[in-house]
Amino acid sequence: MLLAIVAATALAPLYAARISGTDPFLSTPMAQTNGNPVLADNLGLGVTPIGPGWRGPYLFGPYLLGADTLGRDVAARLLYGGRTSLLVAGAATILCLLLGSLAGITAGFVGGLTDTALSALIDLLWAFPVYLLAISLSIVLVNEGLHLGPITLEADDKLLPALILGLVYVPYVARPIRAEVRALLARDFVEAAHATGGTRSHILRRHILPSLLPTFLGLAPIIAAMMLLTEAALSILGIGIQPPEASWGTLIADGQSLIYSRPWVAIAPGLAVALTVLALNTLADRDA
Amino acid sequence: MMPPLPSLRGAQRRGNPGRHAARLAALLALLLTPAAAKTPTTLRLLAHTAAGTLDPHLNYTAQYWQLYAFVYDGLVAFRKVPGPRGTELVPDLADALPEPEDRGRLYRFHLRPGLTFSDGRPVRPTDVVASLRRVFRVRGPTAETFYGAIVGAPACLATPDTCALDGVTAEGDTIAIRLSRPDPDFLAKLALPHASILPADAPQSDAGITPIPGTGPYRFLAYDPNDRLQIVRNEHFHPWNPDAQPPGRPDRIDYVFGLEDEAELTAIENDQADWMFDSPPADRLGDLGRRFLDQIHLDPSPALWFVPLNVDIPPFDDPRVREAVNLAVDRDAAVKLFGGAKLAAPTCQLLPPGLPGYAPYCPYPHDPARARALIAQAGATGAPVTLITDDSPVSRALGTYLRDVFASIGLDTKLRSLSANVQFTYIQNTNNRVQASLTSWYADYPSAGNFLLGSFGCTAFHPGSDSSPNISGFCDKAIDAQIAANDIAAADRALTDAAPAIALFNPRYIDIVSRRVEDYAYHEVFHWLIVQSGLR
Repeated sequence: MLLAIVAATALAPLYAARISGTDPFLSTPMAQTNGNPVLADNLGLGVTPIGPGWRGPYLFGPYLLGADTLGRDVAARLLYGGRTSLLVAGAATILCLLLGSLAGITAGFVGGLTDTALSALIDLLWAFPVYLLAISLSIVLVNEGLHLGPITLEADDKLLPALILGLVYVPYVARPIRAEVRALLARDFVEAAHATGGTRSHILRRHILPSLLPTFLGLAPIIAAMMLLTEAALSILGIGIQPPEASWGTLIADGQSLIYSRPWVAIAPGLAVALTVLALNTLADRDA
Repeated sequence: MMPPLPSLRGAQRRGNPGRHAARLAALLALLLTPAAAKTPTTLRLLAHTAAGTLDPHLNYTAQYWQLYAFVYDGLVAFRKVPGPRGTELVPDLADALPEPEDRGRLYRFHLRPGLTFSDGRPVRPTDVVASLRRVFRVRGPTAETFYGAIVGAPACLATPDTCALDGVTAEGDTIAIRLSRPDPDFLAKLALPHASILPADAPQSDAGITPIPGTGPYRFLAYDPNDRLQIVRNEHFHPWNPDAQPPGRPDRIDYVFGLEDEAELTAIENDQADWMFDSPPADRLGDLGRRFLDQIHLDPSPALWFVPLNVDIPPFDDPRVREAVNLAVDRDAAVKLFGGAKLAAPTCQLLPPGLPGYAPYCPYPHDPARARALIAQAGATGAPVTLITDDSPVSRALGTYLRDVFASIGLDTKLRSLSANVQFTYIQNTNNRVQASLTSWYADYPSAGNFLLGSFGCTAFHPGSDSSPNISGFCDKAIDAQIAANDIAAADRALTDAAPAIALFNPRYIDIVSRRVEDYAYHEVFHWLIVQSGLR
């Protein structure tokens, strides 16, 4: 299922260009499809976006899931939004695993004062509720962007939410990795490597790191699922992915104003998030 | 609520037949007391956000002016009736409308006797003098545009803290206001909340969330901009001129902030609330039109939604860029995003219909190709632009559309949505150097000069100020002179050609009220006359 979701979102440009024929990021209040206005004036009051339906000669046609309040194709935006969500969640997961592993392995393997200092830092980070920390960082950075020495990320850069998410979840990786390293160091095969004259570097490369692989494989999907959910939450609050980009979270936020007349606009991206998280959790169970 | 009757129940339990007459008398007495005669009624109003300071000399929002109409009074007032008669002036705290003297440069008012503020203190002529002085001391947003003709106003504008306003004097119960030049709209300006009469000891700076006593039939009881505004009857009020200040019908008003427009509308449909300040969400209008038509009120409103363009900073300092964005915008699309043709009419001129001097004019047909060519010609391709909107769904949708339009003609455009609580304050602060913003204007009073001078006049532009209602910074003294000479149509054409803003559409005023609300009345200046409606 995960592969199917990833493949579908990867094909987003194909859908937008060949089937939908619309720009999913461009507001088109005056657009028409099959001679019908995408935003239709009601007989009484107001305007209603076109609803879901089969339109066109193919299995999939334009406005398969209807339009949003700006006349944009919801299906195309769902695929593009999925691409962004998966990209941000993926990048944040890699960053988090890298930083978390580095901190966890260093603390566990070096021990002593280094362990005490790093563990204190991780505990400090862990002491903040993760959503509160993510929201606080986002509010600060989403207006001005990040300007840290040579590193510059504009406020609307997709990497900015990835960076925030990657940082706030570091303790969730560092803590178990440190514990695992400490446990491995006490195992017989490590003692044997010491006894046979193995250097610390040799023990780390040949014994510790390969033994950590199953832990990594188990953690990665769980962390990715958490990233996906947090990204969606930040975007719903307007402090994640910034327009004109779209993610599943921003699509849910867009759909809130249509929940009464076109609930599918919010339900579809919500469902996509739920299915992806389910698939990632299943993958984690299998790895475990 | 009917109070309990413990004494009657006690008498019955004791079973004393000789007390029947007394019980009947007690019951009658209870029924005749005000509490028993009428259940206290509370009107429940909703808005997504509060509208900032409660200070009537500073707040310049339609949201709170609607409330000031029944909390504060000026020397004169607009007649509080629906229809065109609502724009007629009537005496309010003054006992008669004065005839201008000295060729329109002197007005004498006689203060009505027996008036009191809501804290019980009498209204004195010194309060009137102090109030008009306070308009300048607190740096009121319209101090210059509305009251700049009063003798002494220039000195007050230059050094507000020591403002003496020599042109306003009191002698006995008579207040004289002397102008340095005739102003035919002066009495209408005195009828606006910015000229409310407050106690002389009102704070000489923004009162913020602290209510200042007024003279109307209601008073502000408590205000928390993050939660609610409570309004109760002013027990010191007595009707002196029902045309100016009729007594209200509800006993109490709870104005609750913080709900999204979807939730607000649902609350009204379920009779959990009685009215929402915000426009109903666009996707619910169809359903509203089918199921709640008799609770919807659509009224004409001299108003404009527009995008002020800062003419002092790039890229909009180039008239070709301003013309280009005017040509690029499809105003029918903007109307659609606002809620459709029944709710608004597209326009490309700045003066709204319904105001004196209006003559239809549109030099900006939808022409994206010409717009792109003008941008290229001006060398503005790729120029960065930040567009500021408030965070209401309609404004966000319009902002997104405008950003796409600007981008489509070559401007590198970013959209920022600020809370509606602060957006207007932010965009009228010249220090923020806002390039483009989405805002709306609803007529303070039916005068073309009011809008054109107040939004695009030289006197409304205050460089380095946080209160500059001329957001675009446009200033053309020749156009100002045309307005002063009442050549409104020509001034409107000249302003529209100069394009200090993108005019989008003229909205109609839409109100949806709960089934409980009866006798809805719409006023051309203050919109729904809230306290004149009863509750079923």
